[in-house]
Amino acid sequence: MRRAELVMALILALCSISLMVKSAELPIGWIPGEGPGGGAFPFWLSTGMLICCVWIIINWVRKLGPVATSTAAYMDKEALILFVLAAGSLTVMIGLIHVVGVYVSVPLFLVFYVRFVGRHSWPLTGGLAVVTPIVAFFFFEIALRITLPKGKTEPLFYPLYDIFL
Amino acid sequence: MKIITRSAVSGVASALVLGTALSLTPKDASAAWEPKKPVDFVIMAGKGGGADKMARLMQSVIEKHNLSSKPFVPINKPGGSGAEALIHLKGTSGANKDHTVMVTLNSFYTTPMRQPGLGVDISTFAPIGRMAEDTFLLWVHKDSGINSVTDFVSAAKAKGNNWIMAGTGKGQEDQLLTDFLNRAYGLNMKYVPFKGGGRVAKELAGKHADSTVNNPSEQLGFYEAGTTRPLAAFTPNRLELFGDAPTFKELGEDFVYFMQRSVVGAPGMSGEAEAYYRRVFAQVYASDEWQDYMKKKSLYGGFLTGQRLKDYWLRERDIHQKMLKEIGEI
Amino acid sequence: MEIINLLADGFLIVFQPLYLAIIIGGVTLGLFIGAMPGLGSVNGVAILLPMTFLMEEQAPGSAIIFLAAIYYGAMYGGAISSIMLGIPGASTAVATTFDGRPLALKGLADQALVAAATASFIGGTISVLLFTGFAPPLAKVALSFGAPEEFALMMLAFATFIGLGGDDISKTFFSIFIGLVLSAVGLDIISGQPRLIFFDIPGFFHGVNFLVLAIGIYGIGEMLWTIESSRGDVQLSKATVSVRRIIDNIVRMKETTKAMVMGSFLGYFVGILPAAGATPGSLMAYGVAKTMSKDPDSFGKGNLIGVAAPEAANNAASTGSMLPMLTLGIPGSPTTAILLGGMVIWGLEPGPRLFIEEKEFVWGLIASLYAANLFALLVNIAFIPALIWVLRTPFTILAPSIFVLCVIGGYAPTQDMHDVWLMLLFGVVAYLLRKLDYPMAPAVLAIVLGPLAEASLRQSLIINHGSPMIFFERPISGPLIGIAILLFFMPLFKALKSRLTSSRAAQERS
Repeated sequence: MRRAELVMALILALCSISLMVKSAELPIGWIPGEGPGGGAFPFWLSTGMLICCVWIIINWVRKLGPVATSTAAYMDKEALILFVLAAGSLTVMIGLIHVVGVYVSVPLFLVFYVRFVGRHSWPLTGGLAVVTPIVAFFFFEIALRITLPKGKTEPLFYPLYDIFL
Repeated sequence: MKIITRSAVSGVASALVLGTALSLTPKDASAAWEPKKPVDFVIMAGKGGGADKMARLMQSVIEKHNLSSKPFVPINKPGGSGAEALIHLKGTSGANKDHTVMVTLNSFYTTPMRQPGLGVDISTFAPIGRMAEDTFLLWVHKDSGINSVTDFVSAAKAKGNNWIMAGTGKGQEDQLLTDFLNRAYGLNMKYVPFKGGGRVAKELAGKHADSTVNNPSEQLGFYEAGTTRPLAAFTPNRLELFGDAPTFKELGEDFVYFMQRSVVGAPGMSGEAEAYYRRVFAQVYASDEWQDYMKKKSLYGGFLTGQRLKDYWLRERDIHQKMLKEIGEI
Repeated sequence: MEIINLLADGFLIVFQPLYLAIIIGGVTLGLFIGAMPGLGSVNGVAILLPMTFLMEEQAPGSAIIFLAAIYYGAMYGGAISSIMLGIPGASTAVATTFDGRPLALKGLADQALVAAATASFIGGTISVLLFTGFAPPLAKVALSFGAPEEFALMMLAFATFIGLGGDDISKTFFSIFIGLVLSAVGLDIISGQPRLIFFDIPGFFHGVNFLVLAIGIYGIGEMLWTIESSRGDVQLSKATVSVRRIIDNIVRMKETTKAMVMGSFLGYFVGILPAAGATPGSLMAYGVAKTMSKDPDSFGKGNLIGVAAPEAANNAASTGSMLPMLTLGIPGSPTTAILLGGMVIWGLEPGPRLFIEEKEFVWGLIASLYAANLFALLVNIAFIPALIWVLRTPFTILAPSIFVLCVIGGYAPTQDMHDVWLMLLFGVVAYLLRKLDYPMAPAVLAIVLGPLAEASLRQSLIINHGSPMIFFERPISGPLIGIAILLFFMPLFKALKSRLTSSRAAQERS
């Protein structure tokens, strides 16, 4: 925990500095007769972020607070596996949406998660993977008229649109 | 309870299916192209503004009269004064090119000029139809005792840069008009940007601003209640609704300014698709609902399409370029 | 009394079977839309707007009644995802997560849901009564709020919330700051310049939507956290439900009467101010309820009052925000902006003349608000057993389902995959930060209030040639700012006082 606290504070400090640089693209000073310029609000707030990071680091050096003194691991092996499994599969699902669309990528994700992580039965897994896209199609595309991304599978939906819209 | 909802929804759905069947019967032989999926109806402005209200009215007219076999789905993309919407249209590919149309306003000209990095050339967009031109008037609060442009000029001169002109954003229509007034009458009004025309109208009604240059649709409610008063119109002729307000032309200042309300297609849209949308929006324009709305909100302008619309854009673009240069925005 | 006659006429319209069916249908649909993370009343009303064109032809006046019913239903529904999933479905329901979520984790989800529904009903009813009685004078109050007053109000909202963060002040401030910086992404409305467009990605032009951050933090981040802390297949909640329990829960609401009434009035008055809307109202109600409470430490850990106060306030505010829309033609919230567009489509002219020229419409709408409120309560309570059942599904089914809901919910409002990626990023970062005790709620509040605060601050300064004295000189903003400053320093005073007493005690001991 103790090392993670320092590393995180340093990363966040770097982010704050880059935000400050980015904000400075617009005037950050006080424009006479008008008040702060367009970049002032984000610039001084990112400066505030930087100060907070320095403050966190000072607390770390002085060993103040429960996190800065904790000896527990930031992420043990089991937690890391669970995290990578969940966040990784989610990332892959979102990436696949660009290619094969929601209606293929979501069932794949559900099959992976429910069957291989959750170890539920095939009928349950299959049921979820089939019912979810159908419900989503009728709720979003037909009832609410929100078009969900379909990637390469889009032409397959033309006949469905002809029937339901 | 569920059953009722469902029957209401299915009632509407069956009406739509019926409509689809009707509109599928070819009206003329050339009407071959039909959208294959819902049409992205991009709105280059935020929810609740003038462009948004009109876009939703167009969508409703299309649905009500079954003018299209697939629905038009509105999406607001107001980001970066419309920059996001322009990039979105420019970046469409494949079938999306034929299924994306956009409602635009004058930021269609000004945003590409103010943000040249976008690399957007408006002459590449498909000219589908100009639906209307919105008008502008100069407004003051009734309690100010100002009855004419002459009164306005002397009052504004007396207050110098304490005179507050509320408007809808920097480098946009309202500021161009404010700048015109400042120059024409030797004023030094302070321009304060707010978000949206409705908000601007309220600032005037609440006496937080001294004057505005709202569209009629934004001030109508307050005007009818007798809270605010139009002094003069930025139109070639007097508006029917505000017969007492002279035009700036009559007052010896040759200044006419409109806000276009047009529909454009994605660059590279196929000829058949363009023809289809032109037909749809020509029908919207001719509908009773649209004509009624134009009359009620004091809108100008006939339906323009094709090359004539393109010429109109290029002409307007040059005018805006000149104006933006004068106020030092580009 | 003329008002009573007019209202009675309104009720005669509303209690025709067709109109009742429309209200019940709208409320149910709204409930589902509101319960979806990502979709709130704005989306529901915007999406169903064209449908009402057909309805208006069949039954005049039914369209706005339908949309108002959806609005109400969605406001009730927003609490459902806040309590059950811990994801605020809309910014108005953020405050509901603070205590609603802990209650659900304790197995008391049904109690939280009943509290939310009852409080919404109370808030809705009080506000409709206020609406009936005092619409025109209140419209004047709304008009008197300019940019300086709006800024003062935002400061007040921030001040009531200063004590919300965790124990580590440096991390709480960091969270507030990063939320405010994220709120600045997109367009600077004063100079008209794009700003903080990272790597020139066009998606940043529309700014960082509140929902993207909220779903990222509370949806994805929270799920990752729960996955780690549960380590495998467990049930999230062992809640049970029965008619008996629901009745007991309703009876228990007596304890929260004071908070609900306070929340209703506060929410209503903040709601009628243009541009403020229901979110600051519900946040302030939560803050005030916590300050008034004898046991402020129990807030955030599952205090029923922490659900009741903001829920009463956000429903009251949603009625309140209809007032400037109807009387002034100015939307008080994004949803009323769409309703306003709808009225124009149906040929009605919102504004000061509406109450005189379209009496039948106005009173029909007010009567339908009473009815929508009642039916939203009944429909909501009827669905509680089904919702509890959902909570009992195993976590390895619930978690992927919530992930899918988050992805679709993040996509739906802007229909841009950019927002989905951003949401994933926020979720992962929020999880990593949370492990180090960074509080996340302040960032979410900051991103909601930030844009309003910045714009009104700078507008006021331009009006007054850059001098901040404008905030103190005006009759409404002066006192508001004064109270805000007092509240800001309250924690400091408290800390000083406790330090003084402890040092005195130490002296006495020595």
